Amino acid sequence: MTSFRLSSGGLVSRAKPLAFTFDGRTMRGFEGDTLAAAMLANDQMLVGRSFKYHRPRGIVTAGSSEPNALVTIGSGGRAEPNTRATVAEIYQGMVATSQNRWPSLKFDIGALNSLLSPFLGAGFYYKTFMWPSAFWEKLYEPLIRRAAGLGRASFEADPDRYEKAWAHCDLLIVGAGPAGLMAALTAGRAGLRVILADEDFRLGGSLLSEAVAIGDQPASEFASSVIAELASLPSVTLMPRTTVFGWYDDMVFGAVEGVQKHVSVPSSDRPVERLWRIVAKRAILATGAEERPLVFGGNDRPGVMMAGAVRTYLNRHAVAVGKRVAIFTNGGSGYRAARDLAAQGIEIAAIIDGRAASTNEAPAGVRVMRGGSVVATRGRHRIEALIAERSGYDETIACDALAMSGGWSPVIQLACQRGGKPVWSEDRQAFLAPDVGPQLRMAGAAAGEESIAVCMRHGRDQARAALADLGVSVPLVVIPGVEGETDGSFSPLWYVPGARDKAFVDFQNDVHVKDFGLAQREGFGHIEHTKRYTTAGMATDQGKLGNVNAIGIVAGMGGVSPADLGTTTFRPFYTPVSFGALAGAEVAERAKPVRRSPLHEWAKKNGAVFVESGLWHRSAWFSLPGEKTWRESVDREVLNVRANVGLCDVSTLGKIEVFGKDAAEFLNRIYSNAMLRLPVGKARYGLMLREDGVVFDDGTVSRLGEDHFVVTTTTAYAGEAMSHMEFAAQTFWPELDVRFVSVSDQWAQMSLAGPRARDVMSQLVEDDISNEAFPFLGVREVALKGGVRARLFRISFSGELAYELAVPAGYGEAVADALMEAGSKHGICPYGVEALNVLRIEKGHVTHSELDGRTTADDVGLGRMVSGQKPDFIGKRLSTRFGLTAADRTQLVGLKPVDRAKELKAGAHLLKEGAKPSTVNDQGHITSACHSPVLGHSIALAMLKSGRERFGEKVVVWDGLRGEEFQAEVCSPVFVDPQNRKLHL
Amino acid sequence: MASLIKCPHCGVRPREEFSVRGDASVVRPSPAASDEEWHRYVHIRENPRGPYREHWQHAAGCRRWLVVHRNNVTHEVYDVMDAATVAKEVAQ
Amino acid sequence: MRYSAFSIVKQALSGNRNWAPAWREPQPKAHYDVIIVGGGAHGLATAYYLAKEFSTANIAVLEKSYIGSGNAGRNTTIIRSNYMLPGNSAFYELSLKLWEGLERELNYNAMVSQRGMVYLIHSDSQRDAMARAGNAMLMNGSDAELLDREQVRRLLPYLNYDHARFPILGAFVQRRAGTVRHDAVVWGYARAADSRGVDIIQDCEVTAIRRQDGLVTGVETSKGFIGCNKLALATAGNTSTVGRMAGLDLPIESHVLQAFVSEGLKPLIDHVIIYGTGGHFYISQSDKGGLVFGADLDGYSSYAQRGNLAAVESTMADGVALIPGLSRVRALRAWGGIMDMTMDGSPIIDRTPVDNLYLNGGWCYGGFKATPASGFCFAHLIARNEPHPVARLLRLDRFERGFPLDEGGKGPQPNLQ
Repeated sequence: MTSFRLSSGGLVSRAKPLAFTFDGRTMRGFEGDTLAAAMLANDQMLVGRSFKYHRPRGIVTAGSSEPNALVTIGSGGRAEPNTRATVAEIYQGMVATSQNRWPSLKFDIGALNSLLSPFLGAGFYYKTFMWPSAFWEKLYEPLIRRAAGLGRASFEADPDRYEKAWAHCDLLIVGAGPAGLMAALTAGRAGLRVILADEDFRLGGSLLSEAVAIGDQPASEFASSVIAELASLPSVTLMPRTTVFGWYDDMVFGAVEGVQKHVSVPSSDRPVERLWRIVAKRAILATGAEERPLVFGGNDRPGVMMAGAVRTYLNRHAVAVGKRVAIFTNGGSGYRAARDLAAQGIEIAAIIDGRAASTNEAPAGVRVMRGGSVVATRGRHRIEALIAERSGYDETIACDALAMSGGWSPVIQLACQRGGKPVWSEDRQAFLAPDVGPQLRMAGAAAGEESIAVCMRHGRDQARAALADLGVSVPLVVIPGVEGETDGSFSPLWYVPGARDKAFVDFQNDVHVKDFGLAQREGFGHIEHTKRYTTAGMATDQGKLGNVNAIGIVAGMGGVSPADLGTTTFRPFYTPVSFGALAGAEVAERAKPVRRSPLHEWAKKNGAVFVESGLWHRSAWFSLPGEKTWRESVDREVLNVRANVGLCDVSTLGKIEVFGKDAAEFLNRIYSNAMLRLPVGKARYGLMLREDGVVFDDGTVSRLGEDHFVVTTTTAYAGEAMSHMEFAAQTFWPELDVRFVSVSDQWAQMSLAGPRARDVMSQLVEDDISNEAFPFLGVREVALKGGVRARLFRISFSGELAYELAVPAGYGEAVADALMEAGSKHGICPYGVEALNVLRIEKGHVTHSELDGRTTADDVGLGRMVSGQKPDFIGKRLSTRFGLTAADRTQLVGLKPVDRAKELKAGAHLLKEGAKPSTVNDQGHITSACHSPVLGHSIALAMLKSGRERFGEKVVVWDGLRGEEFQAEVCSPVFVDPQNRKLHL
Repeated sequence: MASLIKCPHCGVRPREEFSVRGDASVVRPSPAASDEEWHRYVHIRENPRGPYREHWQHAAGCRRWLVVHRNNVTHEVYDVMDAATVAKEVAQ
Repeated sequence: MRYSAFSIVKQALSGNRNWAPAWREPQPKAHYDVIIVGGGAHGLATAYYLAKEFSTANIAVLEKSYIGSGNAGRNTTIIRSNYMLPGNSAFYELSLKLWEGLERELNYNAMVSQRGMVYLIHSDSQRDAMARAGNAMLMNGSDAELLDREQVRRLLPYLNYDHARFPILGAFVQRRAGTVRHDAVVWGYARAADSRGVDIIQDCEVTAIRRQDGLVTGVETSKGFIGCNKLALATAGNTSTVGRMAGLDLPIESHVLQAFVSEGLKPLIDHVIIYGTGGHFYISQSDKGGLVFGADLDGYSSYAQRGNLAAVESTMADGVALIPGLSRVRALRAWGGIMDMTMDGSPIIDRTPVDNLYLNGGWCYGGFKATPASGFCFAHLIARNEPHPVARLLRLDRFERGFPLDEGGKGPQPNLQ
């Protein structure tokens, strides 16, 4: 193994060596290395395989635009596929693995695809694999899927944590290169709140890769001194390892900070990544520029890389990418690379300059081939030679690396994420950011500026302009001189003619020049069509390297300017962001909050089994020793309520207090039935409609005083009903004097139901609650023995003599305990929502199983609750529409199976006897079903066409989904105590 | 607008604290209005591109309903008013 | 030019230089029998079926940008027919049947992949609702199954069974559901329509609808006036804007719906998975390896094809809650489509108060999967001036008359659909 590490220099900590493995081979690097730098130092140029042809690929860049050097880092629950080696910071013990190859990186069977490439041009798959039809899912597609994709995701749970935070600032600066640093210094020295974010783990941007001097210091030392000053300023926040990935409305930027992605074992005290929402008054994008590859034959050979990347590895990481480096350029960048390489004594094979003439100077003794081009490369897993052509003559030049530069493209993605389209600059031969207003400005290379000196000044000036918008004028930061910078200009060269091998534009997706030609011929000339047909720009790098070349090439094919062709759309995310970071802490059991009733602990100690109900955990049933199934418990609870008495937690119902002198009038307009003259001390069942006349929700309305009501809603609609009432009060009838407050969480509410309910309740209540003193639908505030003030409602969902007792939440458990104790001699048992459901089905009471957002009051037999008298209430007018009053609508009925052993199930449909199952023959469906322990067989509520006329008819219950079909008898939906005698006991 | 909303009662708050109901330009007709008017109120929406008034509720804040006057192409917000204030103005 | 394995080999041998354009780039004629506004999947499908099934000649499709530039190219590519209300169920089932034969019909591989849809069940009431829908589908001749928790676990072992906030109780499955390569649908219909003589005119924006004596006579466009006997609108997302040109009052609001794709991964998720209780999230994996996923509307009226970060975060959180192994997978790209949200969540394919103007819109979330049936039924309506039987309830006046098709039971509030 040859070491490509220089003996000195660079910004790595040689005192801190780190060992890592790549495909099982142990390698060494230093703190401050990216994985790519360390691999290059270890002579590991081959890193991965391409997507389609499985061509060997190396490292192309030294940054976040890397298309090729993707690896999987870590294993198990920490495995991260598709990680760019060029940005991953190495740590001791890092395990990196190559991807998309089988059986090994060096020998990959998939590379056979390359031989078939004439048949695998852009969009080939749209033209074949159509016969026989079943083969697509069974044969072709599995093969394609297996061959496609890149890394392999783990399905193990992630052991690490993520978190989210907000940050606020006057000025957000994205990018800590020459422009960003000067912008930050300008605003920071003036005491403004500045956030300087950079995706790199070390701030400084291109200054870290430069060999020039700024003031008296090397560029990187200058950067360090500026950063040290910024760090000392209290109003400046430096955020390295933080990628600003999106610009959203209202000057909110999404950013993700790598907190512990660079450590061997993350501490559980801290997140591995942190998602930031940064709210900025002004922002400056100093995001630099991306160097463009040259599109020539064999440009994907490992060892062919960006000239700027070559300099980064050399100057920042002290790694030479080769021993004999060739350079192919159309501008000054190639010469800068040559100069820096030569300064380190690296042999330069030749500079091939696509331009016939230029003012750039090569280092002494280095051969320059002006007007030349590279047409092919040789070598298997690393470039061994290139074939250059000039004036029709070929020359093979041996090299082990090839630095290329096709010019620069400003990094403008963020500025274009909110609808602004990039603007072609003929002058800069690049797309620049559009004018998106004064809140967001581009600075430095991101604005198309070229030299370090100009970029620094531009950063400063843009910061001054941004601050001037905010009404702040700041002193001028003095920019030191830059020495040793050479001309970096370029002439565009979209495509190098004469390619003798594939000339790739999008490396990762294997899109080469011929694919564009094919797309043009086939009519996919719109740049969005070209992208979608060829897949150019759709890889994990989102076309950061290739898109501009693609546009140049396609524009050239059509004989138009890139300005006419335009670009594809920039969208978040600037670089890919993990699900984990975006999800934050809201995962697993913490995915959503849990709501627990004030009687939760009471239920728990009484043996409750809980069930999810929206956000609530509700007690479903209370299992006794010896009960083997839930049905046994529920049957016992139901029978006990019917025979003795039961206690049920109903605290989850929505509870809204309504006050004001117009409270009654307001409720009269909210509910479809009359509420205006509800007497004080009385409760009434109420129905709310939506404005379209369909039932919205139901509950009870209790009048506690002339100007004071408390209404209940269903558990599921508590929030919506509250919003609905607030909307009506604030926007329909703001003149009404009415106020509400939701008190759902303030009261523990329990239903005590059964013939012995009064015997039990009267032991706790001081007041007289005899049937005469407190009849059905009575409501009053009562004093409990011991002094607690409570509300007592004589209402019933079960059909039994029943009370609902509401006490302040904190007393809930004690009061429930007291009721249980008082009830012990009366055979009390706790019952859960399952028994509650059985009790209400037996009584034919509806819930949202019946009130499913499509049913009218009349459908469920509550037509009388829609007042014809009231002038106005929500839902009145549209409830009379033709379709809502049609005679063949489905109506609520009861069902009993003819064979009493059969089990009715919700979701089954109904047919007339002898009718074939079909949509046309569908007569309705079962909405709720249960085993009725009272009747000893299954019963159901159903919606049946014209159902109320059909009591006694036999229908077929059709449940094809569960393979059942049997007869049932249509009956009244009230199975138990149809005369409601028990309510009035 | 899609990230932050300035509630007239609570100040600038994140979008997640708000729920949206819909077009605020439609006004609930009087009980005497025609069937056609009622149908249009409940169902028909102008759905313009550009300036738009929409009902939002500061559900996780002051619970007030607001009229957010904004642009539905650029998402720029022109102003946010308490819906009751607006309703009273409309009534006059 | 017919596409086949043979044609690929033959063309490859001549350097792939002789492939013909998939469609022509004609200049608009002065007059057409039928003009379809909107070169999305629905408009192109309509043109194709008009030409093929209803013997209509002289058809143009006008597209303001490039074909497929609207929602056809920004959806999550799912096809399914799990609708329960008469009016929707037969329509979507026809669509699924047309998908099943689409590629041979069009001679274009749109990668119709019936990978199966698994809709997770997290509560008893959700199971009841799924059973109701499933039985309605079976009655309609479609396919549906219910799985219990253990069956789901065997099928999708990577879901969160042990640490879920909302435990998985089972699933509703439609095996014939799946995914289709969305762009290929646009291109396949465009090519097939073009080969039947349909003029597909891109970069041709309709700016006004000219009417005379109560009838449409043609459209003003960025390429000049083009006359027609019948005008058909298929511009979902912008239906209100275009409809207003002809004075239509519509029960539609435009909303933004985001969708996402992850970095490419080796095969991981074989089905379309939908999570709809407690959270909301749907996901499938494309043939290229990207996980394609989405969730809810951002919630406000918007014509901006971009979404907000809060919705992104809640989508991702629901995704990780369902599939913990996604935590370290990276989301690559987010985009937003403009949905025509109607007052009941169902679409409109109908005549309009203007006699020779036809409307196709209001697709809410259902547009992509509806493409073939939408085109077929709309073509039927345009050609015969009467609705196709399976689309007869998708009427514009259903709101006024009280026959909404409210699958979700949410009522007339577009952002709740």
